[in-house]
Amino acid sequence: MFTLQPSRFGSLRKTATLTARTLLLRGYATTQDISTLLLVEHKDNTVAPSTLNALTAATKLGGTVSALVAGGNPDPIASTISKLSGVSKVFVAKDNLYEHGLPELYAPLLAAAQKKFNFTHLVASHSAFGKNILPRVAALLDVAPISDVIEIESPDTFFRPIYAGNAIAKVKSNDHIKIITVRGTAFPPISSSQGEVTIEAAPDAEKSVLTTWVSEELQKSDRPELGSATKVVSGGRALKSRENFDKLVYGLADALGAAVGGSRAAVDSNYCDNALQVGQTGKVVAPELYLAVGISGAIQHIAGMKDSKVIAAINSDPEAPIFQISDFGLVTDLFTAVPELIEKLKKSK
Amino acid sequence: MSQLRILVGCKRVIDYAVKVRVNQTKTGVETANVKHSLNPFDEIAVEEAVQLKERLSGRISEIIAVTCGPPKSQEVLRTALAMGADRAIHVEVKEEVILQPLGVAKLLKTIVEKERPDLVILGKQAIDDDANQTGQILAGLLNWPQGTFASKLEIDNEAVKVTREVDGGMETISTKLPLIVTTDLRLNVPKFVTLPNIMKAKRKPINVIKADDLKVDITPRLETLSVTDPPTRLGGAKVESVDELISKLKTVGALD
Repeated sequence: MFTLQPSRFGSLRKTATLTARTLLLRGYATTQDISTLLLVEHKDNTVAPSTLNALTAATKLGGTVSALVAGGNPDPIASTISKLSGVSKVFVAKDNLYEHGLPELYAPLLAAAQKKFNFTHLVASHSAFGKNILPRVAALLDVAPISDVIEIESPDTFFRPIYAGNAIAKVKSNDHIKIITVRGTAFPPISSSQGEVTIEAAPDAEKSVLTTWVSEELQKSDRPELGSATKVVSGGRALKSRENFDKLVYGLADALGAAVGGSRAAVDSNYCDNALQVGQTGKVVAPELYLAVGISGAIQHIAGMKDSKVIAAINSDPEAPIFQISDFGLVTDLFTAVPELIEKLKKSK
Repeated sequence: MSQLRILVGCKRVIDYAVKVRVNQTKTGVETANVKHSLNPFDEIAVEEAVQLKERLSGRISEIIAVTCGPPKSQEVLRTALAMGADRAIHVEVKEEVILQPLGVAKLLKTIVEKERPDLVILGKQAIDDDANQTGQILAGLLNWPQGTFASKLEIDNEAVKVTREVDGGMETISTKLPLIVTTDLRLNVPKFVTLPNIMKAKRKPINVIKADDLKVDITPRLETLSVTDPPTRLGGAKVESVDELISKLKTVGALD
């Protein structure tokens, strides 16, 4: 269901609807002057969920949005992308070298596309893929990239979090090309469709192979993916062991149909995989429900989940900082509360 | 086997434990009388260089720590030297100069061209601007490979394997020196710096270079129009039992 998230900043800004007059005042003659290239992330013939959020952000800039799909077999993805609302054109770069998103190959490709078509904006999600590539493109084009954009006020003015989200900076770019990565959770995903648009070959680019991809170790799961799940159950150091984490955190997640996350402490103690770390330098999530179990709420963890719609916390320490931002806090021993919660949730189904 | 030189980037930032506050003019955060320290990811970078020196015994000829910043930035070079760097370079700018990742990367590029390191290790992001760009920009400017968000680094002759933290887990790439690496949290755990090492560090050289002398354009491209508090989240409400928790969650539709 397509939903517009309400403005987070209330009186601080107007909604980011661009009128022709606004654009005129900001020095753009027409919306036609704005032309955005969106870098599409995909894997196993599926578009990465955060790319759909990045597409929404791209459409908020005004002007046209073209998408770039690169890979060994990009045609099915290109076709899927071409049917998403807001996409005017799709460029395809087909080469096995483009598998695995190596920045040394993607950066020249994006730079070549920008030089040929004069895009004013290059956009990608602030995912591991996007943030690895886009700054390198900025180097090639000699502009300052802007990362982790959470709101677009105009084609040259953006809001982004600093100090682990404890402050919000409003920045204006004076470069002729804006290169931005956007925080997926700050924009709703595009979910409406359109008739397929033109798909054509991307310009040729230099392909010097500086690096080769060797292998990956990914979390394979039937569970919802942490970055895009509507519910997340997250565990902290208080779980005391991997066995407890598996039994209680995963158990509760199963009862709720939720994804699983962890604090840095839990990951460092090896209670769960590093891919599950929620925080300033891990994953930033904003689900409908974030249930923190045995997590004290360090600044860096809060940075990764404070935009969740509803936050609930279970912790035996009444002074735990997590309670300052939780909507519902239960001060109790998680080892009795969580099994009780799991049982009662299962019964009420 | 040739000897290798490692350059490590260091940034002086507000300490990670400090609760930052937006300043009165809403142009930045309060920095006066606030504790500053070496960016945690840069600490990991220095530690990795030091551990590489031990792991590849005899191969690392020197570890050079570099920072770009006002006079106070030298503090973090002393920390790096105490941790085991051999010498340091301070690219000095005036207090009021605004440095942004593109400018810093350009300054580092000139240092790289002078010092000719085989490996440059930077923190993946500074915990003040959280930009996560400098390493990637530097790699692009030099046309060197980049191994970002590294959780493991293996060097065998000139061949390098970098294991990286990515969204779904980890991936491993294979590349060659010279290389830019940016550090992620789990690359290593920096060792506690001992007092004898802090004393020894006082005798290690810090070479100060004025940024102006490097003839690099570091004019900021981004203007910070304002810095404000994030929307306050009102929390604190407590429930007394698991039953009450379930009931409250149901009421707000969080269990749908």
